[in-house]
Amino acid sequence: MNSTHNAPHIVKAFSEELEQLTADVAAMGGLAESMVSDALQAAANRDGELADEVRFRDAQVDQMQRDIEKKIIRLLALRQPIAQDLRVCIAALKIVADLERVGDLAKSIARRVHTLNASDPTALNGAVERMGRVVQSHLHQVLDAYATGEASRAVAVWERDDDVDEHYNALFRDLVTAMREDGSMIEPGAHLLFIAKNLERIGDHATNVAEVVHYLVTGQELTADRPRGPRPETS
Amino acid sequence: MTLDFPIDNPPTRYHPLTTQLPIKVATEDVSVRYGGKLALEDVTLEIPDRAVTACIGPSGCGKSTFLRCVNRMNDTIDTARVSGSIRIDSEEVNGRDVDPVVLRARVGMVFQKPNPFPKSIYENVAYGPRIHGLAETKAELDHIVETSLIKAGLWAEVADRLHHPGTSLSGGQQQRLVIARAIAVNPEVILMDEPCSALDPIATARIEELIDEMRENYSLIIVTHSMAQAARVSQMTAFFHLGKLVEYGPTEEIFTNPLDQRTQDYITGRFG
Repeated sequence: MNSTHNAPHIVKAFSEELEQLTADVAAMGGLAESMVSDALQAAANRDGELADEVRFRDAQVDQMQRDIEKKIIRLLALRQPIAQDLRVCIAALKIVADLERVGDLAKSIARRVHTLNASDPTALNGAVERMGRVVQSHLHQVLDAYATGEASRAVAVWERDDDVDEHYNALFRDLVTAMREDGSMIEPGAHLLFIAKNLERIGDHATNVAEVVHYLVTGQELTADRPRGPRPETS
Repeated sequence: MTLDFPIDNPPTRYHPLTTQLPIKVATEDVSVRYGGKLALEDVTLEIPDRAVTACIGPSGCGKSTFLRCVNRMNDTIDTARVSGSIRIDSEEVNGRDVDPVVLRARVGMVFQKPNPFPKSIYENVAYGPRIHGLAETKAELDHIVETSLIKAGLWAEVADRLHHPGTSLSGGQQQRLVIARAIAVNPEVILMDEPCSALDPIATARIEELIDEMRENYSLIIVTHSMAQAARVSQMTAFFHLGKLVEYGPTEEIFTNPLDQRTQDYITGRFG
């Protein structure tokens, strides 16, 4: 029962505002997702310019969050939405908070590109990149699920978050081993670890968005415990 | 036989009850015809005691007709024909041996427009207990009048002018006077047909507060056009549409996650 599948409100402006809200959140999602993919690309291509551009985009994401929140407050105060309309507003409010964090984390990844460029690439750069592609695909799919109102797609991502956790755990072990064996690996290794941790968190935010999409569409919380892989002691 | 409704009309959706409250009013397949017109069709629901049940739906949906079945107000309309069963504590309301006057003391009613008798404030409240023989002495009657006005939240405002005309009060005060009048005869069920639609927001808030307090002692059924009011005051909500009970369940469920598309469309303001 997505808003787009329903009859319009008697007060047309209300329907238009809800549709605009969903479109705004989707646009913010697109921008946050582009920050993640471009940060990864900047790391892979050792592209400092692209990394700087990603960092610049974070301010845009923050501004979008503020604008969307204002619209939601206005909708709540003036329209007093209930049932599914209320869920549209609450879902938007929660998703923009996750997307804002995704933007911050992508910016943090981009910030490390310059430091990484100071040392030679290792096989582990590739592993981080592969993990990044998994996370980016999860984010992409939950945002698609949000835009199309498909709860099942959101749930599919929600169930796969342990893929990300496994990637992270494997990377964590490999990076610790590499740093122990080769002192020159410590600095790039530390940065790669942070990047991996940031990616893991972006994955968590994608999972949050999946839960919100499920709630938005069905009105039910996703309460069952998600399958979880073992976690490293220090995470 | 004519079909008044499309045959593919889906059955009533009932939410699982989250309340453990005892059932006060139970209806089964209640239908009402005005002349040839079917105004209410096969309404089956159980209304809990010590709770507020809101009946919502667009104009002409049958919600007021349903309310009027509970204390046999439809008897007063010549062309009205009521069928089905309505039980209060398992006693059939439509039974031949049920005196509608006695029934209406058990089931009080408050209307959209306050309708005090053209008598004093005191007499408005004292009238019911007197004709039902609830007080033997003047002191007993005084006591009933006072406690009823206190329960209706009006005592403080009228204690010093009990012998002024009831109609001299403001609209909100008159509505509370009418509630005091209903309370005075010890009802078990109180029906309210849009009790606040003629009142300003402050008088409305007072009545809503009163409804919330009355929940401790009575089973209340309220018909309202205000979604927000239904959401604020009721624990159970019944949604009527085209003479049918579409959906019935805990208010929170109806307003956050309705099961039927028609309920959803109505409460979110999408009905044409």
